[in-house]
Amino acid sequence: MDRPLILAAFIFALLLALPLLLPLFGAAYLTGLIIKAMLLAIAAISLDLLIGHGGMVSLGHAAFVGVGAYAAAIGLESGIEDILVLLLITLAVTGLVALVTGTLALRTSGVYLLMITLAFGQMIYFTLTSLAAYGGDDGLTLWNLATLFGSDVVQNGAGLYYVVLGTLLMVWWFVHRLSRARFGRVLRAARDNPQRAEVMGFAVKRYQLAAYVIAALIAGVSGLLTVQYAEFVSPALATWQRSGDLIVVVVLGGLASRNGAILGAFFIVIVEEVLGSFLHEWRLIYGPLLVLMVLFAKGGLSDLFAPRGTRRSAH
Amino acid sequence: MSMTLFLILCLNGVQYGMLLFLIAAGLTLVFGVMGFINLAHGVQYMVGAYLAFFFVQLTGSFFLAVVLSLGAALIIGLLLEYFIFRHLYTRTHLDQVLATFGIIIFLNELAKVLFGPATLSLSPPELLSGSIQLTETLRYPVYRLVTIFIGLAVAVGLFFAVSYTRVGMLIRAGATTPEMVSALGVNIQQLFMIVFGVGAMLAGFAGVIAAPIFAVEPGMGDNILIVAFVVIIIGGVGSIGGAFVAALLVGLIDTLGRSLATMVLSAVFNPSFASQIGPALASMLIYILMAAILVFRPKGLLPAKGANA
Repeated sequence: MDRPLILAAFIFALLLALPLLLPLFGAAYLTGLIIKAMLLAIAAISLDLLIGHGGMVSLGHAAFVGVGAYAAAIGLESGIEDILVLLLITLAVTGLVALVTGTLALRTSGVYLLMITLAFGQMIYFTLTSLAAYGGDDGLTLWNLATLFGSDVVQNGAGLYYVVLGTLLMVWWFVHRLSRARFGRVLRAARDNPQRAEVMGFAVKRYQLAAYVIAALIAGVSGLLTVQYAEFVSPALATWQRSGDLIVVVVLGGLASRNGAILGAFFIVIVEEVLGSFLHEWRLIYGPLLVLMVLFAKGGLSDLFAPRGTRRSAH
Repeated sequence: MSMTLFLILCLNGVQYGMLLFLIAAGLTLVFGVMGFINLAHGVQYMVGAYLAFFFVQLTGSFFLAVVLSLGAALIIGLLLEYFIFRHLYTRTHLDQVLATFGIIIFLNELAKVLFGPATLSLSPPELLSGSIQLTETLRYPVYRLVTIFIGLAVAVGLFFAVSYTRVGMLIRAGATTPEMVSALGVNIQQLFMIVFGVGAMLAGFAGVIAAPIFAVEPGMGDNILIVAFVVIIIGGVGSIGGAFVAALLVGLIDTLGRSLATMVLSAVFNPSFASQIGPALASMLIYILMAAILVFRPKGLLPAKGANA
């Protein structure tokens, strides 16, 4: 067993046990908070596949959360209620959007990639605001939520909690396997030296496009579950500030670290909650905190758990 | 659609373009010369607008407020450079994005705390408040015309400064090979500071002259920052000339698009569909243009020679 696996086992065991302990504290509020953090973690793990392993900094990743959320919401509005069918719709729509935008965006790299993903993100955002039939700018409250084979087990607090947790676990495992497989190694080789990877005979762009689409699909699933949790969908899910928040989570947690993404997500949600509870203007602290983190804590949260000597320096 | 309306739209587009140029000029220099990606550039535009509001309240004179705001914007820019940005030049783009994102969050919130979340408005100075008869049927606000001329003047000034002065020469040399320039005994740190200060001041200046035209509110810099990025990508990173051409192009396309998209669409589709899609399409036009440029001319329309970004 290596260290990341032990840490992950610990995190997931804790998350699994929490609902049993929570009634001690006043459940609904805390359950909601943890679900929020787990949804953020799912999206962050997907972005980490792009940034951490692929070296592709996207400033438009939240748009895919938005696309996924809207695909699910529009499915629900047109009478499709089974969560598995909605999942298929979400995956199909997000995948298609990612395939088209990714093919164009990956013609560039570096800062230009950052800009073009930003541009595509904004285009998607404006498209969502124009869906007048589904609330336009204001978003849409959903009166019907998804069911699983006709049962509402995926709707109420505890049921949804385990659905989100299960999804997080699956996403964690999937990205873990992916990053350890040849796919992940090629992706990292292309991150560190694209020419060399190309010369070794790998179709670098194709691997990168695959990573881009996979990341978008996972973000889309996070969007679907966000709809199910919030019972509400709005274009605010897809703003570029949201994409910025996702980058914060990824970097805060430490690059190319799935545990880091989870810890980062929980850290952000908790900081927001705690700071926000005693200071309405909590962003006055949060902003400088980010700056200080970049200036002084280079390896991210997961580095705190890494054995001495193996800590990464700045990427 | 009358000719007069079309002309007014074009003038508005040019005026918006000039504003974009003032912001994009600093951004493209900082980006091109230092390879530094500064998301906080838009927030410096907001700071300029709030400074103008504050100093007009304080002194009662618009022109005095402009001078004071410029000085204050420069000082704020230099302080940010000294305490934060200077330490990020050699870092990855990811670190730069993150740190400057933190600055945006902070300054947006600070503006909200100091001035309230509501939209503030500032009236243009008495001297420039009227409108002027341009053709028989067309009257146009003097203030907007003046901003067009200011933008042009700054563009010409910058172009000459970069092309023909010693500092401009060093900036161009520093953009290509900073180590070499530094080895020749030039204080590259100081050069960067000058570039950064001028960039921050120009963004602040854009905020000052935008204050009487647009609403002054927290977060006003966020969207214009994205548009400024679009401008410098279209124009070519590090290129003042490119930024100028692209700013005009984006200003015109955006302004005309917002007014004409629905009309053009309703000629083809049914009106309700057109009025639903039109505004969204109009907001998207500049991003579509940028994506097309990136795909077909990845270095932009007028790329700077040897820019290292």
